Amino acid sequence: MTQVVVRLENIAKHYDDQIAVENLHLDIFAGEFLTLLGPSGCGKTTILRLIAGFEMPDSGNIFIGGVRVNDLAPNQRDVNTVFQSYALFPHMDVFDNVAFGLKIRGLKNREVFTRVTEVLEMVRLKGLEKRSVTQLSGGQQQRVAFARAVVNEPLVLLLDEPLSALDYRLRKEMQLELKRYQRKLGITFIFVTHDQEEAMTMSDRIIVMNQGRAEQVGTPKEIYEEPVNLFVANFIGEINIFDGFVVEIGSERLSTRMEGHMFHLLNRRGFQPGRKIRILLRPEDIQVHKTRPADYFPSLEGQVEELIYKGSTVDLQIRLASGKSVYVTEFFNEYAEDIFYSRGQQVWLRWFDGWEVILPDD
Amino acid sequence: MTEKSFFRRSAIGIVFFWITLFVLIPNLLVIICSFLERDPAHFIRFVFSTESYRNLFAAVFFRIFLNSFKNAFIATLVCLLLSYPFAILLCRVRPSLRRYLLVLIIIPFWTSSLIRTYALVILLKGNGILNSLLMGAGLIREPLQILYSDFAVFCGLVYTLLPFMILPLYGNIEKLDIRMVEAAFDLGASRMQTFFRIILPLTMPGIIAGSILVFLPALGLFYIPDILGGAKSMLIGNFIRDQFLTARDWPFGAAASVILTAVMGFMLLAYYYSLKRFNAKLME
Ligand SMILES: Nc1ncnc2c1ncn2[C@@H]1O[C@H](COP(=O)(O)OP(=O)(O)OP(=O)(O)O)[C@@H](O)[C@H]1O
Ligand SMILES: [Mg+2]
Repeated sequence: MTQVVVRLENIAKHYDDQIAVENLHLDIFAGEFLTLLGPSGCGKTTILRLIAGFEMPDSGNIFIGGVRVNDLAPNQRDVNTVFQSYALFPHMDVFDNVAFGLKIRGLKNREVFTRVTEVLEMVRLKGLEKRSVTQLSGGQQQRVAFARAVVNEPLVLLLDEPLSALDYRLRKEMQLELKRYQRKLGITFIFVTHDQEEAMTMSDRIIVMNQGRAEQVGTPKEIYEEPVNLFVANFIGEINIFDGFVVEIGSERLSTRMEGHMFHLLNRRGFQPGRKIRILLRPEDIQVHKTRPADYFPSLEGQVEELIYKGSTVDLQIRLASGKSVYVTEFFNEYAEDIFYSRGQQVWLRWFDGWEVILPDD
Repeated sequence: MTEKSFFRRSAIGIVFFWITLFVLIPNLLVIICSFLERDPAHFIRFVFSTESYRNLFAAVFFRIFLNSFKNAFIATLVCLLLSYPFAILLCRVRPSLRRYLLVLIIIPFWTSSLIRTYALVILLKGNGILNSLLMGAGLIREPLQILYSDFAVFCGLVYTLLPFMILPLYGNIEKLDIRMVEAAFDLGASRMQTFFRIILPLTMPGIIAGSILVFLPALGLFYIPDILGGAKSMLIGNFIRDQFLTARDWPFGAAASVILTAVMGFMLLAYYYSLKRFNAKLME
């Protein structure tokens, strides 16, 4: 998975005085499932449109399959798009929609038929060939849009929030399905979503975008466990953020004041004394003790304010002495002692050494 | 009876009365008249006869009929070819300019089309504005004989009926989803392919509606060929008018207008069914 299929080289794009993409540098590898993740208006669609050729970059170069495509029209680029609203042709039936790209390329009727039938079988739409696309359910329309794009076997498939119009269960189903097709076909997918959970389940790599910039690029695990800044940390999943202050540093560790206690944490980023920092903890990384731990290591004391049982987990909201709320998720499993709590119960919070993320406070 | 249903009934009643009085009865009179005999003294004689219809199949009338259709068809085609790019342009310019252009299209409706047709005479006649301009520019030495030709008739028809083509087309093209066009490009279609396979089929309702709105009046508008075509252009519209006013052969004129109405009716029916099929495809 080392061959680069799409290279974005210092891409910038703005509309009027609105910056849509800023200085983006990105290599996309053959066969990977890459997700652009970010809040509304951060430039995700713009990046897809730049790759597809519907927008021209203000500066920078776009390479597809090693060829600079800046001056190529959309119909000359070996990419296909699954549009957010599907954009199916309403005057054509399912078969003709899917066959459109192949017919345009001048393929023989026999081959068009074979390939369309094959793809429709894959997306489980066989038997609906003659159905008008306006008579399909949302999920079926989604499949037609997908089939219409992949039947052309593009180098890269662009998907702009293809699942956002579907209800929760159908979306879950289609996530798995899309992932399966991607593995089967070996086509590079560039997928856009603003749903972090969707991005985590589907992607090989995620780009977290904010205001036209790529904040972090990495595997879902890297992005979840080692966010490089507060934006990424906040955007992906729940996280608890504590303010800290580096009092002194040792050979490997720093000493920081946090919630009225002194903690000695691994100083991976080489913070200097006097530096304000943020200490980040995922809810599931925090352990809850019902009695004060007997050793001399510090722990955070608080009271259970809210608790929600969710079947396999229990979510706790704990109020610390400082008034700060901390979110904790505990899993039911055979090792966990009894994890039933009551409101107002006194608890002590701890975490495994090194599971915290420390970021500069800026 | 509630107040609402009373209002509804009386509204329906008024419309019903109106249609009976001004549409049904006159048309019935025309149909009855077409089956009567001609009487030079009293216009008609109350004797059943199909003579008028038999006369219609004479070569002269058939030629007039055909000629009228040909003219209306050409005028419709010219209108369509002029309007389509214009409607596209209208959808592309910025909204403030678009409003302004739409008003410009509608302004001519504020003047009677009869008066505007006479205005065309002033433009087109031998020593008219057009010829003066062309001669002034040194493009021609002799004034062109434009007035009283088929060309002048086409000019008049196209000029008068153009808005009826532009407006439905504009309404349709404006609704056209630009993402359809992008999707076609994305799938590798050229501009031509996108136009013929996506844009044209999706704007077909507008094309058909505009064509009907132009074609049917073009068949019947008698004063335009009269004023601009001179005596040369005998079309079905002025033929019918002449039967009533000049030749005083009411049954014959009535028969011709019954045939014309019937043909138009069939065309509307065909339009209705094609639209229903098209919409069924789009909507279901
Ligand atoms: N055609 C346009 N004209 C002007 N501004 C635009 C245009 N398209 C996008 N923008 C602006 O560029 C920025 C990026 O837009 P883009 O559509 O790429 O966002 P997005 O990440 O896809 O958002 P969403 O999740 O809401 O779809 C936004 O601030 C948007 O307002
Ligand atoms: Mg978008």
